[in-house]
Amino acid sequence: MVRRDRIAEPWGTRTPYGPGETWPVRVDSYLADGLSAEDVDRWVPSATILHSNGDGLDIAVKDGRIVGVRGRAEDRVNHGRLGPKDLYGWQANNSPDRLTRPLIRRGGELVETDWDTAMGAVAGRCRELLDEQGPSAVGFYTSGQLFLEEYYTLGLIAHGGIGTNHVDGNTRLCTATAAAALKESFGSDGQPGSYTDVDHCDVIALFGHNMAETQSVLWTRVLDRLAGPNPPQVVCVDPRETPVARAATVHLAPRPGTNVVLMNALLHEVIGNGWVDREYVDAHTVGFAELEARVRDYPPEVAEQVCDVPAAQVREAARVLGTAERLLSTVLQGFYQSHQATAAAVQVNNLNLVRGMLGKPGCGILQMNGQPTAENTREAGADGDLAGFRNWSNDQQVADLARVWNLDPFSIPHYSPPTHAMQMFRHAEEGSLRFLYVTATNPAVSLPELGRIREILAQERLFLVVQDLFLTETAQLADVVLPAATWGEKTGTFTNVDRTVHLSEKAVDPPGEARADLDILIEFAHRLGLQDQDGAPLVTWSDAEGAFEGWKECSRGRPCDYSGLSYAKLRERNGIQWPVTEEAPEGTERLYEGGRFFAAPDHCESYGRDLVTGAPLEESEYRALNPEGRAVLKAAEYVPPHELPGQEFPFQLVTGRTIYQFHTRTKTGRAPQLQAAAPEVWVEMSPSDAADRGWGEGDLLEVCTPRGRVEARLRVCGIRPGVLFLPFHYGYWDDPDARERGRAANELTPTDWDPVSKQPIFKTAAAAVTRLAASDGTPSPAPTTTASRPVAADVPPTRGGDAALAEETTGGTR
Amino acid sequence: MKLGLAIEELHRAEVHLTRTLLAVSDRHAGDHEVFHVARDVARWSQRHVTELARVGADFGVDLDPEPPHDPGVLETIRQTTADLLRHRSEPGLLLLADLRHVHREAAGVSLDWELLAQAAQGARKRALFELARRCHPDTLRQMRWANAKLKESATQALVS
Repeated sequence: MVRRDRIAEPWGTRTPYGPGETWPVRVDSYLADGLSAEDVDRWVPSATILHSNGDGLDIAVKDGRIVGVRGRAEDRVNHGRLGPKDLYGWQANNSPDRLTRPLIRRGGELVETDWDTAMGAVAGRCRELLDEQGPSAVGFYTSGQLFLEEYYTLGLIAHGGIGTNHVDGNTRLCTATAAAALKESFGSDGQPGSYTDVDHCDVIALFGHNMAETQSVLWTRVLDRLAGPNPPQVVCVDPRETPVARAATVHLAPRPGTNVVLMNALLHEVIGNGWVDREYVDAHTVGFAELEARVRDYPPEVAEQVCDVPAAQVREAARVLGTAERLLSTVLQGFYQSHQATAAAVQVNNLNLVRGMLGKPGCGILQMNGQPTAENTREAGADGDLAGFRNWSNDQQVADLARVWNLDPFSIPHYSPPTHAMQMFRHAEEGSLRFLYVTATNPAVSLPELGRIREILAQERLFLVVQDLFLTETAQLADVVLPAATWGEKTGTFTNVDRTVHLSEKAVDPPGEARADLDILIEFAHRLGLQDQDGAPLVTWSDAEGAFEGWKECSRGRPCDYSGLSYAKLRERNGIQWPVTEEAPEGTERLYEGGRFFAAPDHCESYGRDLVTGAPLEESEYRALNPEGRAVLKAAEYVPPHELPGQEFPFQLVTGRTIYQFHTRTKTGRAPQLQAAAPEVWVEMSPSDAADRGWGEGDLLEVCTPRGRVEARLRVCGIRPGVLFLPFHYGYWDDPDARERGRAANELTPTDWDPVSKQPIFKTAAAAVTRLAASDGTPSPAPTTTASRPVAADVPPTRGGDAALAEETTGGTR
Repeated sequence: MKLGLAIEELHRAEVHLTRTLLAVSDRHAGDHEVFHVARDVARWSQRHVTELARVGADFGVDLDPEPPHDPGVLETIRQTTADLLRHRSEPGLLLLADLRHVHREAAGVSLDWELLAQAAQGARKRALFELARRCHPDTLRQMRWANAKLKESATQALVS
């Protein structure tokens, strides 16, 4: 056992291994100051909640309080490891400023009230609007951080009970494009790959995916492969010099907004050089001729011109990808939150498909998620899809859902795609959406163009309900605030990027009068008197396990089939990959083995969309295109970004995250080690841009777009020239005075989204930057351990010190 | 042969469709997807206009490859008006009317491409036929977009 400062060393000690071997165990743990494992009363099984990796852990409980965490050696995802956010983030549960009583707005002020009054007001206003206007007045904006049971219940209440089309999650900001790209290529959502593909691959390609900071334990797995015999080659596409870029065999740093050109050029080379598995393509795909014709217009020289990446580098990357024997491709926000998001992410699917590298060990695609339970928002129908990946434009599938819910199919809205978050806010802006119920998310900091969002949320005519742990920036604008329990304080399941389902047990009671989201939602349904078509209560369960049993039936026969799972089974072995059925009782490691897809016209979740206009294809078009349900190779042309740099705004602004913080820091900002590691917003700029202006590390800059301004200290680092980076985590709850100077990156971002996935674009704003003051020796508050590593040698390194010493035990077995 | 006439008519229709799309975009600057996608697909029509002008020369018609758009001041007025109406529901109904108009205009252009393709085949004018084959799918996509957007926008605009 060793003790390590996991702020200074986010990925911990190397445990090298070779291709095809089992990733060695390393158990990480962190307990509150002075406690050791012997002091702990109980260890309660759960998984990690501050990213999407889904690492199995046990919560340590002493005297009815959470006092620490320990990774689970036997868990398939992490083999015992934890990341920095997992080790320290739990402390936020115990924060003294947790919400403990409902709040209601009286005379303009939020004041404490009791649950009966608060729920009476919420259900009362909802009922009033349903009577006056109907379901179009009511919307729900949820999260990627609740549990499966809660999403499923929410989807049932909204789609089935109230009959509104307006339901979405903040997954719209993080993972909507993953779902959209999978639907385009495979006819249905559902992650093809498995994390174990890291163990087998000989090339791993990361497209706009800073895995080192977003899924740090998965990156640890890659680092251990890189440190072992016969390591994989790494291809990285990212405009920043991330830890991934530093480990890469080839690093391509394209101009933001040009991913489609780069991908088309890579495909141009792969196809042109004959690195195509013709047998696989002929047997299992449609659309190859169109793809081949389309990419003919994109030789590497075009990429050099448009993306500003040397043609030779494009060829080199294509050679690595084209000659890989086992190719694992992963994609995240550099594609999902950028211009032409779905079109670009689909080209990654195309790459693995033309190479026939899918559904075999080491051959996989991971269209990543950003949040711990985003997968559940998608599958349970709380994110702008119908429950169980059902196709809103297929009447049989809607009828099947109505059967499960015992409703008339006509009462489930399916006249158009479910309303996405940005459109809901638009409806609120023009006044037709008048009741918005927000659970576990903070749009007043996380959505683009915050000036507009604040204006919308603050409208008198909008009844805003916010259910959260803390008085967030959004909660401050609410009419009613409902105090919620969180991870460790309630029971439920959640599913990670590679379809691994974990049961997270209740370890302690929530503070004060805070209640589990599920209980609040069920009470809401009962107060509204929601019924099925026989007049019985619509929501038939009263606890998490009941909801899970309901969901199992809803998912039966669908791609995300949970019918063979149970709480009992998960208590026996936590961490099982769906689908879990009678035929596959132990779960399913990889989807699409042998080229079998969920893409048949009667079965698929989506008929696809036009990759430029977003217009959905009609059923007849899809039947003609793909009668046998093969994978679809969908080609895309390049469309220039909507906001290009010019004289007035010469830079391209990219926003993103750091390893130490999560979202708007409602939790990580309250964990001392994490907050100290990345305490304040910063701005990144390349050495050449800084030198041109005579600016240096720590100078105070003002970043402007037509929409707002932000002040931040300069970090000179390895970002692409012409590009600025701002982390999006920093809002105003812990610094209300910062409103004046601007602290949230989303003051600057534009209201624009991918027409296919409806994911907002955070990577291509045109921005101007000026210096307000030279540094007085104060460096930028950016971490030195990550993508924001400074070029200057004299910046003090990011350290956690004694307070961040965590334990690592290697050499154990699973 | 009346091929020149058909090219000229299609050129006129594509110029008109471009202007319609840009005007619709400006009028709905508060509906961000409409604003952006209308501009994206207007570029297709602009490209068609340029190509038609080029090919027109071979058939004795002199067409402007880059006809002027509406003056910038009109654009500014439309967008400013859209911004001022952001909190009103009326633009929702106007959007339905505008999308219906785009669909009809694009349908007209689509038929014109059909006519041109038929004529080009009959007259064995390969380059002209190839042009129609290349461009016509864009027009169909413009129509599908208007149709889909109309379908998606109708419910909220009409029931609330």
